[in-house]
Amino acid sequence: MVDMTTSQPKRKGDTTFGHIAYVLRDNPVTMLAFAMLAFFLGCAFFGPALVPYDPLATNAARALEAPGWDHWFGTDNLGRDVFSRVIVATRLDLTISVAAVALSFVLGSVLGSIAGYWGGWLDAVLNRFLDTIMAFPLFVLAMGVVAALGNTVENIIYATAIINIPFYARLVRAEVNIRRNAGFAQAAKLAGNSDLRVLAVHIFPNALPPMMVQVSLNLGWAILNAAGLSFIGLGVRPPTPEWGIMVAEGANFIVSGEWWLAVFPGLWLMLAVFTFNLVGDGLRDMVDPRKRT
Amino acid sequence: MDARSKMILGRLAQAIPVVMGVVVISFLLTRALPGDPAAYFAGPAADEASIAEVREALGLDKPLFQQFFLYVGDLLRGDLGTSLTTGQTVMADLAARLPASLELTLVALLLSCAIAIPLGVLAATRPGTWVDHLCRVLVTAGVSMPTFFTGIVLIYVFYYLAGLAPSPLGRLDFIYLSPPHVSGFYLVDAALAGDWETWLGALKQLILPAATLALFTLAPIARMTRAAMLSALSSDFIRTARAAGLGRGKVLYGYAFRNALLPVLTTLGMVFSFTLGANVLVEKVFAWPGIGSYAVEALVVSDYAAVQGFVLAMALLFVALNLIIDIAYALIDPRIGLN
Amino acid sequence: MLSIKDLSVAFKTRKGEVNAVRGISLEVGKGETLGIVGESGSGKSVTSYALMRILDAGGDIRTGDVTYGGIDLRAASERDMRDIRGREISMIFQNPRAALNPIRRVGHQVEDVLIRHAQATRQDAKAKAIAALEDVKINDAAARYDAYPFELSGGMCQRIVIAIALACKPQLLIADEPTTGLDITTQKAVMDLVGALAKERGMGMILITHDLGLASQYCDRIVVMKDGLIVEEGAQGKLFTDPQHAYTRKLVDATPRLGASIRSLLPAEVRSPEPEHRVHTRPLLEVRNLVKTYPGKAGPVQAVKGISFDIKAGQSLGLVGESGSGKSTTSEMVVRLQDPTSGNILFEGHDIASTPSGRFMRHAVRRDIQMVFQDATDSLNPRGTAASAIAEPLARIDRMRGAKLSARVSELADLVGLPQPLLSRFPHQLSGGQKARVGIARAIALEPKLLILDEPTAALDVSIQALVLNLLVDLRAQMGMSYLFVSHDLNVVRLLCDEVLVMKQGEIVDRGPTATVMDNPSHPYTRALIEAAPQPPEPVAA
Repeated sequence: MVDMTTSQPKRKGDTTFGHIAYVLRDNPVTMLAFAMLAFFLGCAFFGPALVPYDPLATNAARALEAPGWDHWFGTDNLGRDVFSRVIVATRLDLTISVAAVALSFVLGSVLGSIAGYWGGWLDAVLNRFLDTIMAFPLFVLAMGVVAALGNTVENIIYATAIINIPFYARLVRAEVNIRRNAGFAQAAKLAGNSDLRVLAVHIFPNALPPMMVQVSLNLGWAILNAAGLSFIGLGVRPPTPEWGIMVAEGANFIVSGEWWLAVFPGLWLMLAVFTFNLVGDGLRDMVDPRKRT
Repeated sequence: MDARSKMILGRLAQAIPVVMGVVVISFLLTRALPGDPAAYFAGPAADEASIAEVREALGLDKPLFQQFFLYVGDLLRGDLGTSLTTGQTVMADLAARLPASLELTLVALLLSCAIAIPLGVLAATRPGTWVDHLCRVLVTAGVSMPTFFTGIVLIYVFYYLAGLAPSPLGRLDFIYLSPPHVSGFYLVDAALAGDWETWLGALKQLILPAATLALFTLAPIARMTRAAMLSALSSDFIRTARAAGLGRGKVLYGYAFRNALLPVLTTLGMVFSFTLGANVLVEKVFAWPGIGSYAVEALVVSDYAAVQGFVLAMALLFVALNLIIDIAYALIDPRIGLN
Repeated sequence: MLSIKDLSVAFKTRKGEVNAVRGISLEVGKGETLGIVGESGSGKSVTSYALMRILDAGGDIRTGDVTYGGIDLRAASERDMRDIRGREISMIFQNPRAALNPIRRVGHQVEDVLIRHAQATRQDAKAKAIAALEDVKINDAAARYDAYPFELSGGMCQRIVIAIALACKPQLLIADEPTTGLDITTQKAVMDLVGALAKERGMGMILITHDLGLASQYCDRIVVMKDGLIVEEGAQGKLFTDPQHAYTRKLVDATPRLGASIRSLLPAEVRSPEPEHRVHTRPLLEVRNLVKTYPGKAGPVQAVKGISFDIKAGQSLGLVGESGSGKSTTSEMVVRLQDPTSGNILFEGHDIASTPSGRFMRHAVRRDIQMVFQDATDSLNPRGTAASAIAEPLARIDRMRGAKLSARVSELADLVGLPQPLLSRFPHQLSGGQKARVGIARAIALEPKLLILDEPTAALDVSIQALVLNLLVDLRAQMGMSYLFVSHDLNVVRLLCDEVLVMKQGEIVDRGPTATVMDNPSHPYTRALIEAAPQPPEPVAA
């Protein structure tokens, strides 16, 4: 598109923000979701600086204390402060999921755009490739990838990215494909745009709204996935604070009643995923109120 | 041969390249092991000589494509290698443990379909009512629940606090003997043997893990049912049916629901994928002796042959499930197969 | 038989309440056909849904009485309504393929209605369903009984919808735009069938349509609706020949018909003399043996089978055909969006078909051949403003920037009659007519020598269509462009084009000066097309 901002007053701001404001006012849950998102981002950025205890400092004298004024979420079997560990873990968990989703977003967009626009054998090859990835139960494939590549945080990110690529590639492929012969794409060609430019400037931006919804829903899923891998002992290793590991460690104490070890990190994890899902639903409403499900 | 059966054969043929892709990827995963695969397969206690022996036995000294053919040859003979932890062949281990996983997965899926589909239909036909809101909350909360966490909370509430559930340790409490092996499904085998006490015991053990998995799969199924039903109900053909005076039941179930089933069936494939993954976590939480917990135990001690065998087995299982879903789809939707 | 008094219907929407129908009264007698005519948003369809009580969610009857044969339809229970629907009053819809359950055999869909209304038992349902299919003149009904909708043509699907509606021999049939989306010849067959069945069974009918020609041909009495109100009502002959209300007059004027001139489509007070356009003898475009073959499942399909034609400088050539005739493929090849399988396209004597469409954007001739697309909404990028759409070709091909660019965009907006403030709007904030103007402004921005118009008014209401067609005539005279005008509407082609080509199944079957081809059609296919097109009556001169 040609930038006409200098000569034409833009009205997009009014209407888009007006619409967002309408959706937020209409649905307080979405407003709450965005507030929670801000909270989690705050934890990720400032958490390590603000927590009352060192998340790694052990204190055998005060092990397995129930939640109280000193330790809001109690202490674990080594006397570490569960609250501090839960807050500090936010950064690591969000980093893993954001990095993984960003990777799969970029790769999926490129692959999907090419396949959707040019079709033909490129499309066929991509589809076979995606079919093969999707032929694995995705969590199991992630397990296999981490086991093969090595048990590190980066490999957790790669594994999560790989299993997410098909979702983005397929979505972009479909969105690009339905617009490939749309009037505005053809008109852009008549206006002297090359195929690549039509794809990048005219078609792809129209696929972004559904992509953003997918990103938000996927972030939640990526966190679950990463936490699940740590839960079975892959990726992050103790004593690094991470929600999945903390639940795994706490699980041993559940049957003897020390519930806070597992429940608080689990609850936090759930809340984070819940937030991303609600944000995704909210975005979906903003993008298209009819698609609300 | 009619178009329908041609289509089914065609779909079976399509599964072949996918299976080949699965084999290639699982081969690559085996060879991508960091460091020396022979050292890994030989296990941590192996010395130089035994590593060299393993290397030769695995054909790791040969070129990659030749290794691939050896790998495929082994697979065709059902040879997935030997597990370090159990000392058995991986094939035998998986075969022994698969029924436990399948029983858990199937019971969980039946449970969640039995709840989610009616819930989604009700929510779609009564928008704005409490059923609709309940469905919304369940759907969003459900997908946010880490299965391993749900399982732990259920154990805490029903075992530790309420004392209703048996201890979360496997398929059957030690006071019972496992039923004679027929299908490997304890519920089926116990019923066949007429041993209802054992049957009840097995059911009690099964309820919590199955409920954990079902809670997880409830959300996507209910969500898709509701959406598909809403979209079917707003179709033109529903207006035609209403204008022709067809009864509410006929319109809802005969016309709308049958059309809505198609996207739900497609979602089931995805749900299977999630369930098989979540299975691993749930089996670990409940010490369920299925192939998931087998893989987790193997991972901990770097028993890679077992892990690879597990990944391959899961993938083949999933391909088979998807095949069944696609064929079911073709049986419901007449449009498939002709275009 | 049916009487509606003071009916009003409102819809709850996010922007508040919308009054779709605002107090209308009408009656339909036994065996009478009433036409409800109006443009989009007039409330004509909502009226029929309201009386059947099948309004979409959020719609609500606010006031009024609806009585049918003494029954109060507004007060009737839902159970009673279900007995009435399909048994006493039936409906048929536009878009027949979507109106049928896609995964149920059509025969079973007919049976469902028969069994519901106790017209058949499980034992004789099949025989009766086949009889119902035979009633709507479906050949080999027993074989069609087992078909699914996707296996049938649009016209065949509409017959099935009619069979479902008429299976229980209702007394009143509501036909909601029953021919929209069907080809002209199919349209006529469907309407003749419905008309004949209504007469044979003494059935009353309400025909809802935007097409005055259709209404005047098949209705006894007509009401004209606008913005939820009835503006005029009268007998078929009188209403259109001597309209009393200004809106009816405007509608009648705007409908293209035999003997009209392009200016006479406009309201009398804004008519100016029609400008002349000069046709040169020198050919601008020469198409020779053009072939397009698509790969198909059952072997290659020839969409265009070796056609040749010329367009002279300044000439307007009409390209007429039904769906599947290859007319759109031809126009896309000429505008170089598709590559022909074989054949030549000469533009001012140079072959332009040898440059593949993927690289044609850098061809010197790109600026000289432009196109106005069929669906104005679809042809504008939803994320771009009207100004950015018009500026695109100028910026890409002429490398125009800054103040010069915006000055040219404003100039073009004036030229197509688009108010300046609308330039900063996004497509969803513009009306259909405004979007059409944006599309035209973009197409003429580079002052092309040849403009391809692909059914540019197909999605527009007649009054807007009249304005757009006149704009095209003015632009042609002003800029000396040649037009390739693709259309299925013969009356529109007659108004605008010097010569016409008639295409059928990829071949040109008839050609010549428009007046010759249309007034004395020599080819049987052309004759069939012209006879099938409903002719609106000539209004008495104002």
